[in-house]
Amino acid sequence: MLDWFAMALIAVGTGFFIAGSVGLLRFPDIYCRLHALTKADGLGLALVAIGAALLAETGGEVVRIVLIWLFVAVASATGGHLIASHARREQEGSRL
Amino acid sequence: MSDPFVIFDLLIALSIIALAVASLSVRDLFAAIVLFIIFGLLSALAWVRLAAPDVALAEAAIGTGVTGALLLKTLHHLRFVTRTLDRPADFAFSAVQPVPMGVVFANALFCGLVTLGLATAFLGAPQGGPGFDALVAEAMPLSGVDHPVTAVLLNFRAYDTLMEVVVLLAAVIAVWQIERGLSDAPAPVLSEVFHGFARLTMPAIVVVGTYLLWKGSEATGGAFQGGSVLAAVGLLLLLARVYVPAPSHRGMARVLFVIGTAVFAGVGLLVAGGGRVTLEYPLEHAKTLILLIEGLVTISIAVTLAALFHGREPVALHAQRGAA
Repeated sequence: MLDWFAMALIAVGTGFFIAGSVGLLRFPDIYCRLHALTKADGLGLALVAIGAALLAETGGEVVRIVLIWLFVAVASATGGHLIASHARREQEGSRL
Repeated sequence: MSDPFVIFDLLIALSIIALAVASLSVRDLFAAIVLFIIFGLLSALAWVRLAAPDVALAEAAIGTGVTGALLLKTLHHLRFVTRTLDRPADFAFSAVQPVPMGVVFANALFCGLVTLGLATAFLGAPQGGPGFDALVAEAMPLSGVDHPVTAVLLNFRAYDTLMEVVVLLAAVIAVWQIERGLSDAPAPVLSEVFHGFARLTMPAIVVVGTYLLWKGSEATGGAFQGGSVLAAVGLLLLLARVYVPAPSHRGMARVLFVIGTAVFAGVGLLVAGGGRVTLEYPLEHAKTLILLIEGLVTISIAVTLAALFHGREPVALHAQRGAA
């Protein structure tokens, strides 16, 4: 039962990843693309992490998965912010 | 049960080849670097699937993380510091000059010969043979550590590992010689968010790097993996401008570059004698000596990689100009 629940979570999480990738490919400008990627992938990652944590056998594994989730989430949010602010500076620079 | 994994493995293999082709053929250098980084991450995954977690860690930390950062830094340098990227005319040769067909054919011939040689060696090797597994397992009690990979790297073939450390040392010496006269790169403007990120991750990176080093004697990990993870701390410090290299730090930096190689070679020579050859540790001290070498090599690797990322030797430019 728990296994099925975990797999369902991972499947839904993968769906969010696919949606984020589609957004990256289809959206018109860099901000929309970042929006799609960071939001959808953040949610997808969380769902996959919860699913994997449910399948984990020891407490140590759960802690590691939580840590991985935390650092990937922080890193991707920071990366998204840096890319967006860089793009904005470039845009303002070219307008001047 | 293994079927889904076969599909997974095939997908990884195909993606790696596709990424390699894309990375080499794409025109935009930034895209090429990003593709190379993804290529490295998938290679690390492939090494995990091949049950070689040590190689996977090294590939992820050195081959992807540090190398990716070095490549991006180089691109930044070419675009904004030397500004030579879009001006091939500044070089002695013209970039669009076609390569003579003879050279192309000669290269193709040699590449073909190498491929042929590798194929012959592969086909000639005993299929599914035991490799060195049994020999290593047999010699494990003599190594002083409990992890076969560490035993091979730091004991059975320590000479190779010593040479790898020397290569890094040579690289940083070369960079400090070549980049002497160049001005410093303009600092990329990094916001508060990046500083917060650095503050949050740095303690964790220190813990992970030290853990990898410590764990190396009994499980996956070791000096190169730990060192390159610790180098990330240096990268964050440099990028956040928390640490700005000054000319007066050069002496310390030189000591840290050399200490790993020096101690490794020193220990290797000092244990010789009394019936032992160079780098043959006495059994009762083997673990202590390996840990000592690994610890100092880790520090050297971390500092060297961070220095390579920073690039030029921190010399006072105006003073040098005055002298010249």
